[in-house]
Amino acid sequence: MAQHQVNYASTGGLPVALTTVDKLLNWGRANSLWPMTYGLACCAIEMMATGASRFDFDRMGVIFRASPRQSDVMILAGTLSKKHAEFARRLYDQMPEPKWVISMGSCANTGGMFNTYATVQGVDRIVPVDIYLPGCAPRPETLQYAMMMLQKKINRESANMKKNTKQRFV
Amino acid sequence: MRKYTPKDNVQGKAKYTDRFWVAPRVPRESVETDEHFAAVDAAVRKQVEVLESYIELGQLVIHIRPEENLAALRELKEHCDYLMCSEVSAIDYLAQDGEFEVFYQLLNLKKAKRVRVLTRIREDQAIESIVPLYAMANFAEREMYDMFGIVVNNHPYLKRIIMPDDWVGHPLRKTYPLQGDEHAAWYEVDKIFGKEYRDIIGPENRDPGRIDRYDSKRFSRVGHEVPFGAEEPETEEAHGPEYSKQLLVDYTTGSTVLDKRK
Repeated sequence: MAQHQVNYASTGGLPVALTTVDKLLNWGRANSLWPMTYGLACCAIEMMATGASRFDFDRMGVIFRASPRQSDVMILAGTLSKKHAEFARRLYDQMPEPKWVISMGSCANTGGMFNTYATVQGVDRIVPVDIYLPGCAPRPETLQYAMMMLQKKINRESANMKKNTKQRFV
Repeated sequence: MRKYTPKDNVQGKAKYTDRFWVAPRVPRESVETDEHFAAVDAAVRKQVEVLESYIELGQLVIHIRPEENLAALRELKEHCDYLMCSEVSAIDYLAQDGEFEVFYQLLNLKKAKRVRVLTRIREDQAIESIVPLYAMANFAEREMYDMFGIVVNNHPYLKRIIMPDDWVGHPLRKTYPLQGDEHAAWYEVDKIFGKEYRDIIGPENRDPGRIDRYDSKRFSRVGHEVPFGAEEPETEEAHGPEYSKQLLVDYTTGSTVLDKRK
């Protein structure tokens, strides 16, 4: 862009963008959401497809991390059994703040068709959920849309997580 | 106007039932109809007491006493070439007969023949492990113990295999409710947050798609025809719409179990 070289003296001063700390921090957070590589059932296949080259989550700054310590988002993709609920919560506890949760698919939202003794009837019983994503299983586009909705939500929030009156356990 | 009949359970009822209908039974053939099975049956009869034996759907079925299961299976494995045990499990007949039916499904790979060994045990009775004969039975017997509560003697590692170790009850028994007992309903809450959190999280919503047919505000009046001029039955307006109480819950108070983990 050589033809647009800025001459500060003639244009009347330095280029200054005014913003708030909240907006700046949220801009950074929303555009590098790193979900945890954590699949529970068949929804995880769609989640993998979303991360792979055809749908390409990377272009949105969404990169799957193999450790909860490096993740911002937990995508609960699939049926959560009662035996595993404890470990899902433990992984959530291991994620650093700020953190968000996407409940992906009918089983994670409400228990889905598994109206039985062994399935958690909605993951919101154990972790606070930000985005509920319907479908069985949701298409990769749907997961991308959910991630975009989460970005919107983050941009609306206060950057200070303590101010956010979110439904969350401690 | 037609007389109103409640249409709650229209689909639950069969439209047509035959008074003289008898449920079909799987046909049973005599053991002598198959040369190989006749020889197998004779060999097993030399070793243990056979209560009943017949051929069903091309498989030999042998009923034996529960104390003699190891002897019968040893004969089948070592002298009749039934080298593979494909399944071990049980069926709950406690309500009918007060007994479990334990079955061993064996396969002869050379002749492509299958034998099912059946035995019946009481609820308080234990059965001998067949792991010394068939290593495959290790997990299957653990599953039998997990799902039915049948104790297996001399098993190398008798521990629950599917349900968590601290689970209460045996889910495949006919008396176990499909949606779980009280312990199952609160299992994950008790485990993660502690029992005092039950009130905060609330009971499970087992039917999120529930349609109240008297709720004429959000749903059309399906199966709820009101005769002309009659007074409308009481709707939700009297007590207000139902919202999840969870939405308004404050989660800032800590739970003992989570605090301990920190």
